[in-house]
Amino acid sequence: MKPLLNRTDLARQGQWRPMPLIRDVRYRYLLILAVLAYFCLAFLSIDVNWTRVAEGMGRAARFLSAFLQPDFTSRSQDIINGLLESLTMTLTSTVIGVLLAIPVGVGAARNIAPLPIYLFCRAIIAISRTFQEIIIAILFVVMFGFGPLAGMITLAFATVGFMAKLLAEDIEDIDERQVEAIRSTGARWLQLMNYAVQPQVMPRLIGLSVYRLDINFRESAVIGIVGAGGIGATLNTSLSRYEYGTAAAILIIIIAIVMLTEYCSGYIRRWVQ
Amino acid sequence: MLSIQSLSKRYNTGDRALTNVNIQIPKGQVVALIGPSGAGKSTLIRCVNRLVEPTEGQVFLGDTQLTQLNNRQLRAARRRMGMIFQDYALIDRLSVMENVLSGYLGYTGFWRSFLRRYPQDVIAEAFRLLERVGLESFIDKRADALSGGQRQRVGIARALLQNPQILLVDEPTASLDPKTSRQIMRLIRELCAERELSAIINIHDVHLAQQFADRIIGLKAGEVVFDGEPEALDTDMLTLIYGEEDWNPQTDTEDDDSVQTQTPDPIRMGAKVAMV
Repeated sequence: MKPLLNRTDLARQGQWRPMPLIRDVRYRYLLILAVLAYFCLAFLSIDVNWTRVAEGMGRAARFLSAFLQPDFTSRSQDIINGLLESLTMTLTSTVIGVLLAIPVGVGAARNIAPLPIYLFCRAIIAISRTFQEIIIAILFVVMFGFGPLAGMITLAFATVGFMAKLLAEDIEDIDERQVEAIRSTGARWLQLMNYAVQPQVMPRLIGLSVYRLDINFRESAVIGIVGAGGIGATLNTSLSRYEYGTAAAILIIIIAIVMLTEYCSGYIRRWVQ
Repeated sequence: MLSIQSLSKRYNTGDRALTNVNIQIPKGQVVALIGPSGAGKSTLIRCVNRLVEPTEGQVFLGDTQLTQLNNRQLRAARRRMGMIFQDYALIDRLSVMENVLSGYLGYTGFWRSFLRRYPQDVIAEAFRLLERVGLESFIDKRADALSGGQRQRVGIARALLQNPQILLVDEPTASLDPKTSRQIMRLIRELCAERELSAIINIHDVHLAQQFADRIIGLKAGEVVFDGEPEALDTDMLTLIYGEEDWNPQTDTEDDDSVQTQTPDPIRMGAKVAMV
């Protein structure tokens, strides 16, 4: 047996491995065991009703087979109206949400906002991000009644939290030397924002806005189910009438539009860099 | 012209960056500020235009006591002090012309600057400055499309558009190769002479300092330990400022690079990481 060598001596002989994340060997193995045990216990606790699954398979097959013959025509007017409503909701909520998110995001960036404003803006973001869109949608449907207005306000509200948080983080990451340079010219605060901060965060702001546009379209399909209007409402109606052909048609249109926006947003993001 | 009186700076972390610094700079004098990394060179020039707030002492620019100004007065006073940075600190995504014109921000209102509607004579002056530094054909290029030396020229033009009385220059050559470094130093020197500007230049490279400055101030651990003519800076003085080392001038050319890598400036290291 050779004597126990420390890392320096080993490295001198050409033997070197990266430092382990957890130093103590016993602790490391104990942790792995604990994770495995938890996983097994959790897995055993899942209670699956296999007969129900078998039954459901048949229904799922029927639902999926409807995709092979989607019915675009018999409810075409409803679909078009729903789509237009959704697209309107998406666009207006994104524009309003982004416009509101910019001041909140600026206020939530610790490197440029004073502490009270920072805390206030962070609180707005926290509230907006805590609740899932559906819960907010239910609240606004209760407040404003069924229809796209509730949906639009929901999406705008969610957009503020999302955009402001990401914008604030981007502002906190900017190159401080550029800020210093503009400050040294005697620029006032707004000029500092316009010259030193805006050029650094603009590409990401545009990229995120386009990304949020596409999230909002998808969300508009979901919140329609709780009564906030749009294509989701149409989808919900068709499902409750067991018109799977129409439902399939709607889903295919949603997929197509999401793919289209995905492609466009990717292109726009590359273009603004 | 510029008078720094018993200036001290202690950071919130408790680090003492400057201790009782006294410097008088007459009009038109180019002063090189040398010293090891962490000696307080950057802090000292940032205390002049109060990008860093000094803890004690006064700074006078002409008759204005800079250390006593409120925000609004400070903005007006900053217009008289042009600053040039080690990593150029240009706004990468703006054009060369916009970068130069940003030197005029202190003189103009928000909407004018927002809409980029600068007065005709200011644009003409910006163009003249770009011509002076040899970049007249680059006005619409984005700043990040230029080479290091070209960017520093834009930085110089931006500082000069402020129509300053003094230039605060922070390591202008630290990111440049030896030849470009000399060209940039010569340019700064010439512009100071043309416009009777004073300048404080922080610089690592002692030989550049000796070649281009009227006066050299050595800073060590936040205190002035040398203040005199470039010729008076001998090996004993260098040892006093930087510590024991072989100051034999025959190894000059190779030293240029190795000195820089041996004493990495924390700000500069951070900058490299940020650029990757």
